[in-house]
Amino acid sequence: MNAALETVDLGRRYRTKWGLRDCTLAVPEGSITGLVGPNGAGKSTLLRLAAGLSRPSEGTVRVFGEPVNPNATAHLGRLGYFDQLRPLYDGFRVGEMLQVGRRLNAAWDGASATKWLQDLSIPLHAKVKQLSVGQQAQVALAVCMGKRPDLLLLDEPVASLDPLARRQLLQTLMGAVAEHGTTVFLSSHIVSELEPVCDYMIILAASRVVVSGSIEALRTEHRLLVGQVGLPAPAEVEVISSNRTGRQSTLLVRGRPKAIDPGWEVLEPSLEEIVLAHLTPAAAMPATGVAS
Amino acid sequence: MRFRLDKSSGVPAYRQVVDQVRQALRLGILQPGDQLPTVRDVVTQIAINPNTVHRAYRDLEAQGLTEGRPGRGTFVRRSLEMAPARQAELQQELTAWMHAARSAGLGDEAIAALVAEAARASEKETPT
Repeated sequence: MNAALETVDLGRRYRTKWGLRDCTLAVPEGSITGLVGPNGAGKSTLLRLAAGLSRPSEGTVRVFGEPVNPNATAHLGRLGYFDQLRPLYDGFRVGEMLQVGRRLNAAWDGASATKWLQDLSIPLHAKVKQLSVGQQAQVALAVCMGKRPDLLLLDEPVASLDPLARRQLLQTLMGAVAEHGTTVFLSSHIVSELEPVCDYMIILAASRVVVSGSIEALRTEHRLLVGQVGLPAPAEVEVISSNRTGRQSTLLVRGRPKAIDPGWEVLEPSLEEIVLAHLTPAAAMPATGVAS
Repeated sequence: MRFRLDKSSGVPAYRQVVDQVRQALRLGILQPGDQLPTVRDVVTQIAINPNTVHRAYRDLEAQGLTEGRPGRGTFVRRSLEMAPARQAELQQELTAWMHAARSAGLGDEAIAALVAEAARASEKETPT
């Protein structure tokens, strides 16, 4: 599969601290890839580097095979980006924001951006500052999609929205993706929000990629084992996290155990459990009485 | 038809789409010749990944229930409808059985286990 976005050993240093380090990943073309990780893991740094809004301190970032360079503009037409500070002017009317989009972009699909906002009953003559936060997000998305990007980078697109506005934004986003086949790379720290919309997932922790893969593969290759403390972990699996409460020991493992002690109950973990396990690895937990 | 997504069920989204189409075929909400909602319609209804819907529609086509017509959409080929008269009769028999099971002291869990077991056993015998 071709990569829409590819980074190799990508790093960005802010004075003395690294915002992102040794980051190597690929976002498959045509996928909707979720980027999860705790605050400060480097999600925004990564998305800004991908959008060409900041320059790498080390390593490379490529979009559709072309190196991203803040001074080059060739790839910009293929990229859409928006973050929580939506790129809108408060004093502008919605229609004027669409004008801005038309003038700033060589290719511009004004008809569908206009129709899109009409379908959502967002009046074109309303001023941006009079709109609800959810409507502003929809306008920002319409401006982003009006340029028909091949890759859409969204940094916490729904974080500040109420549940209804979240759902509406994700609905319009999925509709646009279905129509144009846009590749989407979006960050969130709410896994349950990403699960239905994404087919790939990348977990970032402490500025490094911990896990990356299709959600289906992640779900099939992880298992949750529950049993009595002291039971040995199956030999051929990797213990991602382990927990002990009283006599109960809970392991999240990667790999499908073949021969397993019948004392273990084998369960399918939720995606959220898988993500949390990778963010709090076994090594960081107190001793659990599990043979390693 | 309208789809719904139950995020807490643990059932994969593509499975939920397949099951809901099958249910609509069984209830006569969808009939042969009907067009299924487009992928775009489904994802704007329930905000899921378009690839998930493509996969569900491929599954339904593989089951022989629908067919994709290039450039036009996905259409129902055959229904799963039961003859309504027979359905009412079957439901009556099942209700009678439920009463019998309850008066024999069976709880919901035991009843569900028996039904599941009977379904499993009959799946092997009854040709579909």
